[in-house]
Amino acid sequence: MGGQNNFLLKIQNLHTYFFMDEGVAKAVDGVDLELEEGGTLGLVGESGCGKTVTALSIMRLIPDPPGKIVQGQISFNGTNLLTLSEAAMRKIRGRSISMIFQEPMTSLNPVFQIGDQISEVLQLHEGMSRKEAWNRSIEMLKMVGIPAPERRVMEYPHQLSGGMRQRAMIAMALACSPMLMIADEPTTALDVTIQAQILELINHLQKEKGMSVILITHNLGVIAETARRVAVMYAGRIVEYTDVRSIFGGPKHPYTQGLLKSIPRLDEHHARKERLEAIPGLVPSLLDLPPGCKFSNRCKYVFDRCVEEPPLIEAAPGHLVRCRLYERK
Amino acid sequence: MNADGNLVEVKNLRKFFPVHSHFFSRAKIFVQAVVRINLFIRRGETLGLVGESGCGKSTLGRLILRLEEPTEGQILFENEDILQYDAERLRQLRRQMQIIFQDPYSSLNPRKTVGSIIGEPLIIHHIGTKKEREERVLKLMEVVGLRPEHINRYPHEFSGGQRQRIGIARALALNPKLIIADEPVSALDVSIQAQVLNLLEDLQKEFHLTYLFIAHDLSVVEHISDRVAVMHLGRLAELALSEDLYRSPKHPYTQALLSANPVPDPTLERKRILLQGEVPSPINPPSGCNFHTRCPFKFEPCPGEVPQFKEIEPNHWVACYLYGPNQ
Repeated sequence: MGGQNNFLLKIQNLHTYFFMDEGVAKAVDGVDLELEEGGTLGLVGESGCGKTVTALSIMRLIPDPPGKIVQGQISFNGTNLLTLSEAAMRKIRGRSISMIFQEPMTSLNPVFQIGDQISEVLQLHEGMSRKEAWNRSIEMLKMVGIPAPERRVMEYPHQLSGGMRQRAMIAMALACSPMLMIADEPTTALDVTIQAQILELINHLQKEKGMSVILITHNLGVIAETARRVAVMYAGRIVEYTDVRSIFGGPKHPYTQGLLKSIPRLDEHHARKERLEAIPGLVPSLLDLPPGCKFSNRCKYVFDRCVEEPPLIEAAPGHLVRCRLYERK
Repeated sequence: MNADGNLVEVKNLRKFFPVHSHFFSRAKIFVQAVVRINLFIRRGETLGLVGESGCGKSTLGRLILRLEEPTEGQILFENEDILQYDAERLRQLRRQMQIIFQDPYSSLNPRKTVGSIIGEPLIIHHIGTKKEREERVLKLMEVVGLRPEHINRYPHEFSGGQRQRIGIARALALNPKLIIADEPVSALDVSIQAQVLNLLEDLQKEFHLTYLFIAHDLSVVEHISDRVAVMHLGRLAELALSEDLYRSPKHPYTQALLSANPVPDPTLERKRILLQGEVPSPINPPSGCNFHTRCPFKFEPCPGEVPQFKEIEPNHWVACYLYGPNQ
């Protein structure tokens, strides 16, 4: 069956808010996203745009209090994750949906050997015995390219370099062959040559296992090289959503255009020392958002219609933009 | 001394940090952070310094400022050997060279107001009256794009980009000739990076500054630098004019770095040079050319003697046997 039913993940009208003394921070405020089986969705935006909170909402890892998913539906493989009990959700985390984070040291337990941490996932979800799980852990470390895995499996996180820890975390995330892997800034803390290795690894494993990936990052270069579809987020909303070539070849939202113009480029098309075109101003605090379009106070194309928050408009087939410049009169 | 000459010259600079392996061990192990570096920074230029973590680039920056004492070598500032300076002369020298740090959160004293942070260098060097200092601080805030009415606010009330501007204002307070910018934009969001880079360029023109710009982001370094030096495990691998380095990188390490850099263009067919293995440790670096264990072009002379850092084309220096044996 074709069409909509091919989506592995479908997020509809997600609202995740944080209720604090200073007010309500609407970290995710009306997000719709789809991910087809085997696809790679890039979620792009700067600090505070809501991309990590979106990922944590999918995993139902939002700290409550102060956070709460107040509205929406997250359909994964036919099931609405938001209606599941915590016990049922625990069965999904680490097995059907895995997540890897930016700082490997914060998700690796420093007092347990690497082998123990990977084994735990296997024993819990696949019911393996300790010995079986340990052997599988060694295989996983090999698969993620860690040399001498039989030795490394006995080591502690602090004995591994940053790149290796990230690989160990990927091994943990992949141990149960999840259908979906969420990678939140997986390479930001790593050197560029190690970053290239890790991205290559994710790409390779994805092809081999048919896994779907959501890649979250603020690095547009990484997005260009790995994502197929891209959603740009700003102030808790999706402001542009289309395929990767259109985002880079023909960005429509002024924020996306601004982001692309503000990156220094290493190619011949850009004369060196050409002044970068910076977006003026700052990302607004979630506790103090401007009325109407949330980007309006920094946008050079702002006009009278911007006082009313724009919906997502289909500016071209398969290309959604949250901007009234694309409204048909 | 020529006005257009070298502001800084570094000769045979070496910095080793001792590491003790066991409590009872006599044997000393050293982290070879900087190994025989020869470099100069021309007046008015921006020299970029790139390399991966642990390559020694931050240590080199700190050595030039004498925030670290070298194990060996010379550092010349305006043709004078600053390693010979006593405490008083060094203090005066520090007016000429300043630093901007990477982390806009830990580099500002959270218990001081912005005005006090920016004005502190003026107080330390006994410059001006209280009123004159305040005027200078207000002027500096204006120059870096901060609102003067925020002069009594504390760092936590500012965003990362604004805090970086505070750090820049502080660095400018004494009218230095040289500013060492150690990863000044790495911790900032993309759109704020652009604002701060533009600011640094404007300030350079207005105040005739010389920059040593240390970073690991190659695109950022290429954009702002006139010349770029590539470091690997404490040594210089390559040094060239910015456009030459990027158009025709000679050292295999530089080539690998450039090819690993993700480019925001999905239509580009990239042939990536993937380095095998991990970055070697600066405690136990490989023999000979310290890149040879990961080099796709390694051949017979590489593990032997350290290759000479030589000028193979005008203004283009490399340390690699692919370009000839040591002389």
